[in-house]
Amino acid sequence: MREKLIRWIIWILILGGILLGVSIFSLCVGSAGIPVKKIVSLILEGRGTTEYSILFDIRLPRIILGFAIGGALSLAGVILQGMFRNPLVEPYTLGISGGAALGVCLNIVFRLNKALGILSLPLCGFLGALLVILLVYSLSMRKGILKIQGLLLTGVMISFISSSLIMLIMAISRTEDLHGIVFWIMGSLEEPNWFLIKIALLVSILGLVISYLFSIDLNAFALGEEEALHLGVNTERTKKILFILASLLTGCSVSMAGIIGFVGLVVPHFVRMFVGGDHRILLVSSFLCGASFLIFCDTLARTVISPMELPVGVITGILGGSLFVYALTKRQVLLGEK
Amino acid sequence: MLNIKNLTCGYDSKIVLRDISLRIESRELVGIIGPNGSGKTTLLRAITKIIKPAKGEILFEGKNIEELRYKELAKNIAVVSQSPAINFMSVEEFVLLGRIPHYKRFQFLETNKDKEIAKKCAILTDTLKLKDRPMPEISGGERQLTLIARALTQEPKLLLLDEPTAHLDITHQAAILDLIRRLNREFGLTVIMVLHDLNLASEYCHRLVLINEGRIYKTGLPQEVLNYRIIEEVYKTVVVVEKNPISFKPYILVVSEEERQKRGER
Repeated sequence: MREKLIRWIIWILILGGILLGVSIFSLCVGSAGIPVKKIVSLILEGRGTTEYSILFDIRLPRIILGFAIGGALSLAGVILQGMFRNPLVEPYTLGISGGAALGVCLNIVFRLNKALGILSLPLCGFLGALLVILLVYSLSMRKGILKIQGLLLTGVMISFISSSLIMLIMAISRTEDLHGIVFWIMGSLEEPNWFLIKIALLVSILGLVISYLFSIDLNAFALGEEEALHLGVNTERTKKILFILASLLTGCSVSMAGIIGFVGLVVPHFVRMFVGGDHRILLVSSFLCGASFLIFCDTLARTVISPMELPVGVITGILGGSLFVYALTKRQVLLGEK
Repeated sequence: MLNIKNLTCGYDSKIVLRDISLRIESRELVGIIGPNGSGKTTLLRAITKIIKPAKGEILFEGKNIEELRYKELAKNIAVVSQSPAINFMSVEEFVLLGRIPHYKRFQFLETNKDKEIAKKCAILTDTLKLKDRPMPEISGGERQLTLIARALTQEPKLLLLDEPTAHLDITHQAAILDLIRRLNREFGLTVIMVLHDLNLASEYCHRLVLINEGRIYKTGLPQEVLNYRIIEEVYKTVVVVEKNPISFKPYILVVSEEERQKRGER
């Protein structure tokens, strides 16, 4: 027992260290390189210099948003993989991101964010995501038994449908809305609104805390729903809460940064290889690792073809997808089954 | 201990069990037998609240199980299912999952007491030596023992087993049923198990419940239930019932069609 706890703490420290390192790296590099040593003196000097505002008005918000969204998407991945007992499930592959994106698009077109305030953006994302989760779940239930086989196919199809619907909306929308949609759909961690960044941070940390309360239940779910019930887990209640939580995390992320795929797939897999499948450590370490991963990808996205910027989803897609294929061929273990 | 009153239940619109009434006393070892699809597993699922009764009720120690929380139920009733999903975890981690119903709110780590109980159950089931092996790599017999160890870790009063001897060789069949007998004798554990093998059911159970087409056909001692008329009626198969020369329990021999025809010709 003691040994396990120490091992877990060491993993958290290592991943926390990596996160800190990546964040500092991300603060330093960019079109205007600022060496680490200089950062301390810049903070001491306070406001006023251009470099100060580059650091704290441009780069720091991106890092915080990357932390929140990377963590949130990874958490959503771990939760969904645990609930569906399928290692290939995540917000993107299940079409949940697509649903959230559709919700946000509708919001922009109907100008709900102007009428109801900026908070309606993540709210619409959440509703879109929740709708898709419920749809996918009920479509893959047959006679009370979850049919895993059709799950991914259903998810991919829902993704297609929602992206087609987004295209339809774009085709018939006014030019000024079109600009907003295109700008947002490209996927970027650039978010000028501090309030939304704070919301994202709040949602992702709250998500971590709430999902952690269900870590034992998720461990029981690994044996199947019926077995979890035998172990005294109120499966219906747990499912409801965790589905809502996963939708909230995904919807909030998508509404701020567009569709960023594969984070929720690759990060939990990768982490599982090292720390094992116990959700008591998997949730925390996936959150930390996902945060580092997205901050790193975003740093690449804004430096690779600087001064131009790539959509961060491109980087996570290429990096994440190929890493995943590599891991898949390398080790069978990480699939969690034989 | 368990009192099932006029239970009728099933899935969606299809009724599987009709008007089942059954009392299980404390420290009993009851075998449930019956042809495929007669509703044996459904009965177990009703006892663990996976399916709700359409009519009737199930009382556990005098309380209606509908009013008990899943967690409360899991502290008292443990289940060894037929073939649950096996994940990539070590045998030790798997057995420790049995402590989940005893976790307090906001408790995330198992206590030393949890560990000790899990170890005790592993020793009892002779699975301690497998402790660090991954679940997918152990044999079928070992897996069944591990499942029983996990169920015992719940510290139940009532143990339900769904065909614990399916797909096992006679060594493991006897080992598992001997273990269950011992648990029943030494620790006073009440056991209900679904068995397909009539001879094993006869040899190991105190009392048998024969279910046919969703109704209880007969319940009683093995020698009362297992006579050739009842078996030929329920299973639609010609059998000969003899007595085990050592235990004096009935055992059933199947007569093949060819032999039957030969006899008929004579």
